[in-house]
Amino acid sequence: MSDKKEFWRWKEYRWHDEAKDWKAADIVSAGVDIGSVSSQAVIMLDGELFAFSNQRTGFDSPESANKAIIWAMEGTGMTLDDIHFSVGTGYGRVNVPFADKAITEIACHARGGNFMYGSSVRTILDMGGQDCKAIRCDERGKVEAFLMNDKCAAGTGRGMEVFADLLSVPIEDVGEMSLSVEKEPEPVSSTCVVFAKSEASALLREGWPKTKVLAAYCSAMAHRVVTLLERIEVEKDFAITGGIGKNSGVVKRIEKELGLEALTTTYDSQIAGALGGALFGMALEKKRRK
Amino acid sequence: MIANYGYKDGSGDFFIAIDTDKCDGCGDCVPACPNGVFAVGEDPNDPLCDEPVAMVTDQERRKLKYTCAQCKPDHDRPPLPCVAACKPMAIEHSW
Ligand code: SF4
Ligand code: SF4
Repeated sequence: MSDKKEFWRWKEYRWHDEAKDWKAADIVSAGVDIGSVSSQAVIMLDGELFAFSNQRTGFDSPESANKAIIWAMEGTGMTLDDIHFSVGTGYGRVNVPFADKAITEIACHARGGNFMYGSSVRTILDMGGQDCKAIRCDERGKVEAFLMNDKCAAGTGRGMEVFADLLSVPIEDVGEMSLSVEKEPEPVSSTCVVFAKSEASALLREGWPKTKVLAAYCSAMAHRVVTLLERIEVEKDFAITGGIGKNSGVVKRIEKELGLEALTTTYDSQIAGALGGALFGMALEKKRRK
Repeated sequence: MIANYGYKDGSGDFFIAIDTDKCDGCGDCVPACPNGVFAVGEDPNDPLCDEPVAMVTDQERRKLKYTCAQCKPDHDRPPLPCVAACKPMAIEHSW
């Protein structure tokens, strides 16, 4: 086995609220977000967060979906049969074997973002593993406008992973390191991962410190995303969901360009989609029982 | 909802915007488009709404610039068949 350190690897984890008794809940709903890079499962009791898991997506979507939900239920005594309504979302949403319905990430992120950041959120930028979405929503988390860019990995978690690996920097440290530069360098000219990678290699050979290369890449990513946001007209409050939402180097630069601060949350920004799915699950179960 | 389907790349913005509040789901855009860009069905981005609306198909979203080129000659641009077919004027192109 190779002992090469995997710098891109972020922490997988699960959580559940031990103070809650799921057997007392009227509606148990679940949302499972199968992204190209990561998968999350969220379980809610009458619209309150009960459990979640966050892990890497495997090669097989149905398998990843099963693993995600089983991990979220671990130690709770709950089984799949105890869940009244499950929603699949994300890139692999049609491949969630136990889902009662598949719903787009757009709808789920708006709904989940509304729950996580509060009803003042009007613009949500989701920077996921392989695409980037800009969503404008109302105070109930209903989508008013959206735009999705899924043509290339620029501005995505996958691109950032490739970069962290190239520079041998742990992915959690990329943001902070990129902010430690004294003077902001010119952004790399290309945000296409393949080109940006060779551009970065060239800069390293020229003797640029890693922090400066990271700064140049994070700012290119931020700029690219801001141009995408222009089309849907950013309204505050503004929030960033998805894995890149945890990268301060990109978030700070987006805030600077927009002149707006992004809301923060105590929730994990990566679970927004699954959370939205679970909320829809509850609403749809109520509708079904009527 | 303004649903923007398409992409942005080095050569420009290529989005078809469908205003789902104006769209009544009549389906006239589907046969009007020679390249099968549109489909009508349950709104994938509003799962609690039961009214059908138009959307751009998955296959076409990433290549609109090329797909629509045939309707957009450089000179003397005629009205686009999709836009002309939609009576509530729910369809707009960004380029
Ligand atoms: S023609 Fe217009 S109103 Fe009719 S389905 Fe198409 S977009 Fe909607
Ligand atoms: S411009 Fe032509 S090809 Fe493009 S969507 Fe309209 S009718 Fe179809």
